[in-house]
Amino acid sequence: MAKTVRETIKYLIKSHLLKKKGKVFGQCLTAVGWVGGTLPEMYEKDGMIELSMADVAGGGIVTGSALMNERPIYVIRYQGFNWYNCPMIVNYAAKSKELWNKPCPVFVRGIGMEGGIGPVAGSSHHSLYFRMPGVKICAPMTPKEYTKIYKQYMKEKEVYYVSEHRGSFNNSKEFKNDLKGKKDLVLIAISITRFEVEKAKKILEDKGYKIGICHVLWIKPFKIPSEAYEIIKSSKKGAILLDDDYVDGISNSIANKINLKTNKSIYTMGLKDKTAGAHKKVDNLPPNYKEIVKFAKKILNE
Amino acid sequence: MNKIDFEIFKLAAECRNFEINVFNAVKNKKITIPVYLSAGQEYIPATLAYLIKKELKINPYIFPQHRCHSIYISFGGNKLKLVKELLGLKGGCSYTKGGSASIHSEEIKMIGHDGHMGTQVPIGVGSCFTSKKPTIVFMGDAAAEEDYVLSSLGWASTKKLPILFIVEDNNLSILTEKKIRRNWNMHDVAKSFKMKGYEINDNPKEISKFKKYFFKEPMLLNIKTNRLFWHSGAGQDNPDIFDRLNFEMKRIGNKSFKENILIKNYIDKLWQRQLEKL
Repeated sequence: MAKTVRETIKYLIKSHLLKKKGKVFGQCLTAVGWVGGTLPEMYEKDGMIELSMADVAGGGIVTGSALMNERPIYVIRYQGFNWYNCPMIVNYAAKSKELWNKPCPVFVRGIGMEGGIGPVAGSSHHSLYFRMPGVKICAPMTPKEYTKIYKQYMKEKEVYYVSEHRGSFNNSKEFKNDLKGKKDLVLIAISITRFEVEKAKKILEDKGYKIGICHVLWIKPFKIPSEAYEIIKSSKKGAILLDDDYVDGISNSIANKINLKTNKSIYTMGLKDKTAGAHKKVDNLPPNYKEIVKFAKKILNE
Repeated sequence: MNKIDFEIFKLAAECRNFEINVFNAVKNKKITIPVYLSAGQEYIPATLAYLIKKELKINPYIFPQHRCHSIYISFGGNKLKLVKELLGLKGGCSYTKGGSASIHSEEIKMIGHDGHMGTQVPIGVGSCFTSKKPTIVFMGDAAAEEDYVLSSLGWASTKKLPILFIVEDNNLSILTEKKIRRNWNMHDVAKSFKMKGYEINDNPKEISKFKKYFFKEPMLLNIKTNRLFWHSGAGQDNPDIFDRLNFEMKRIGNKSFKENILIKNYIDKLWQRQLEKL
């Protein structure tokens, strides 16, 4: 049976620690769930370091570790916690190489999830990192993608913000783009929305629309295949860019870039501009396939 | 006068004469970036550098804050490279990106500061935790109030790191006095975190008393001192403030006055040659 994303992360971290490439830092790592089962059962003697609950200082401590020629992995259990955890990562670790020629490579695992967890912890917050120079941002949702970005990080000297999502941890399949032929509309998907666009595409195609799909692994620098731009350019209605963060961040920024390259309308869908509440009826979730289908139809029928 | 007093004086005098040149260059608009002068506080790094490098023969990692010229010079940083850095000339110690506040030097293991007050404390703690090497972290009495500084002290104590925290306490955050900002003291905070913590003044003899504890376990020294010039830039708030360097120069006597003239001439020339390149 193929490995899941969860097993892949666990394997990579175990190997990282056993080969003494760097420590793994975070809060409550050795708790019951071992961060969604993505950590091997190892302890401080093995390099699995429990930080205190001081969020801001934690980011600084990890930054200091990276200055000592190690490659720390920093686990942030909910992406919303980045508001307090990322200041020294983005202001110091990310700038150190450019300022002083002193690399400070940190692998930040920001873990997204949503649904019933209230106003601060839910969803992805990768837009927080997006505006800062010196950070690379990716959102791997498959085992191969995760392995690829980890290996790339180990070869480079940059800060990586790895925008994970618990919704992908059970996934063992790889995604494929559909960028061939003439399309009515292209769906460009980031993070957990990649699972939903697959479902939405099927429904829309059953109704006779020609839908392209472009999966995004690399958010910064933003990378999609060159044929994606061609397909969007030749499409009838342009594209929808979907994200698990608020649209007034990465989504609108990237949409603008694609628009400038293709001269087509690039619509965005992400979290609604409201604060999430704890109960279902007041939650703020990323677009699901039904919402994507509805919005796509509206564009296609204009 | 003993030899140690004189050696520490020489280091401090180098710092002071360097800072006077920076002061003049700012006044004459030869330096156009923000500068943070350490004149008045130089006896702290000069004493520590002498004790740590010359006596203990330890070459620690150094995590300074923005007011760091004297730290750099005392611990053996290349002065010419710092002149170039401040003037924005090629060959500056921090590639002209660091300026006055973010000096970095691999040669003396001094790690650049990003400009946010107190970040050097958690970063220094993390570095020490990973390297397990002697580490000295400088902060001001204002930076010490940052929440992440306090929690980092707690973690350093928990992990029993070979780290020395130095609070350069001039009683001011820009011009806001300590008593207005807080009713507690840093050495008490250190003790509450179960590490050695002491409040002393910048008399080298007082600082020397604690040498035996350096890097054996976490320790914090809150050292009272005075900043002679403005928080930033070239100006003076209080001309009557106690000046440790002048006091020590008078105490040591004639030899120190003569040495100071030699140091002044050397540092002035160093600056003059670079100023001519502008």
